[in-house]
Amino acid sequence: MNFEDTSLPGLGVRREITLASGRRVGVVILRDGTMQLIISQREDPDACAASIPLSIDEAGAIGAMLGAPQLVTQLTDQHRDLPGVNTQQFVLSHESPYVNQTLGDTHLRTRTGASVVAISRSGRVFPSPVPGFELNAGDVLVIVGTSAGLDHAARLINDG
Amino acid sequence: MEGTSLILVELGAVFLGLGLLGRMAAKFGMSPVPLYLIGGLLFGNGGLINLGGISEFGEIASEIGVILLLLMLGLEYTAKELVTGLKSSWLAGVVDFLLNFTPGAGLALLMGWGFTGALVMGGVTYVSSSGIIAKVLSDLGRLGNRETPVVLSILVLEDLAMAVYLPALTATLAGLSFLGGLRTVGIALGTITLVLLAALRFGPQISRLIHSADQENFLLKLIGAALLVAGLASALQVSAAVGAFLLGIAISGSTANSAAKVLEPLRDLFAAMFFVVFGLNTDPTSIPAVLPMAIGLAVFTSFTKVLTGAWAAKRAGIGVPGRLRAGVALIARGEFSIVIAGLAVASGAVTGELAALATAYVLLLAVLGPVAARFVEPLSKPFMRQRTPAVPNTP
Repeated sequence: MNFEDTSLPGLGVRREITLASGRRVGVVILRDGTMQLIISQREDPDACAASIPLSIDEAGAIGAMLGAPQLVTQLTDQHRDLPGVNTQQFVLSHESPYVNQTLGDTHLRTRTGASVVAISRSGRVFPSPVPGFELNAGDVLVIVGTSAGLDHAARLINDG
Repeated sequence: MEGTSLILVELGAVFLGLGLLGRMAAKFGMSPVPLYLIGGLLFGNGGLINLGGISEFGEIASEIGVILLLLMLGLEYTAKELVTGLKSSWLAGVVDFLLNFTPGAGLALLMGWGFTGALVMGGVTYVSSSGIIAKVLSDLGRLGNRETPVVLSILVLEDLAMAVYLPALTATLAGLSFLGGLRTVGIALGTITLVLLAALRFGPQISRLIHSADQENFLLKLIGAALLVAGLASALQVSAAVGAFLLGIAISGSTANSAAKVLEPLRDLFAAMFFVVFGLNTDPTSIPAVLPMAIGLAVFTSFTKVLTGAWAAKRAGIGVPGRLRAGVALIARGEFSIVIAGLAVASGAVTGELAALATAYVLLLAVLGPVAARFVEPLSKPFMRQRTPAVPNTP
């Protein structure tokens, strides 16, 4: 998929993709680094139905949300031959006791048998995170394990 | 009270008043420029209260205001954007110039203000306000719209045209002969080409020379360089403001970003002073007499701007509602029309009537331009369903 960049002289740049439905979705990146999420109108494709200012954190969170399912699909495809093994993603909420703690502090593998194979943050993917990896609120943890292990992991991440 | 204490009290009152006016403007999402002008009118010659004490400070402060306005404008653009803009939309720039310079110039000739008056009024009606328009587009959430780059590239070309127009104007106002004027414009054109080439080639080096991690240091270097370049340009009769504009273009990348941040408060202060001083020098009692003419000119040049924008947007393959939005967005005139009129008034080469007309004209369009931009959207709704050839292409 190709990004289409259009210069906005004096202001910044518009970067967008055209969806199969014909609508434009993208961002306006301003000179000062702030961003706006834009979605074109259905009736008037030249205009925008929404243009929403995003902070850098918010933009990152949206990127992670959109990127993580793809990662999960890929991993699921890879171990399709191993029955009983599932991949699932969990968002580390602000309330989680593990915010600002390391991955090792969760003792996830010891306690549930499931393991974190990747962490997606601000649109970036960190594969095979080490136990010293510090967790932030909004991180998406991609976890591989049995169904029971994954249920257990979900509780653990939320409630400690 | 007299001497310094009077000046301080007067200045304090003016800035405080402007601050309060500015807050009101912000409340209505309006540009503060018209309010600054009104503020100046109230306190100037023939106004409610006469502020005589600040004229000396006001004069130099408003000169610096113009330099900072143009420097900041130059900082907004990169040399690459200007060159690409020139290549891709020069035709729209020519159409824009022909459609919008002619009405002002024609009216001035009709009024018997001569060639100089025509050059000034043509400039006043030609330049849209890039400051007001950029803010309106961003406030209305139109930055992602397809017609927005069209609008912005017309603004780029107008600003670039200023780099040639202002030296020509300065030369004419100074009463230089035709050959002398040609020489100044030649120097300006040569310098612009050189600066663009240098900025494309050595942009990072120039930026590094000016850049400094220490804010105080950085500010002094910037202001120093700007005033020095402006002064030299002025000595060559190339207009101080253009020198500053070119310096702004030469500074690029992150240095330009941080320079804009450092300079913004200073620009706001001195530019406000510039608008007030312009208002101070205009006699408010001369405005009612020119008001009908100003309204007529405003209506006519709004129409020509809509035509310009709609034509350019049509060429970019944009639908009827987008063409209307692009055209109407361009209506607002503002800071540069006043810069042009201000240069003319300061030189004493034009009549007071022209200054009054320019003031009334800018007051009208700086206020009505953004309002029109807001209301064109509901008005263009009927065009959305049926985007067929049955809908006339011209607005």
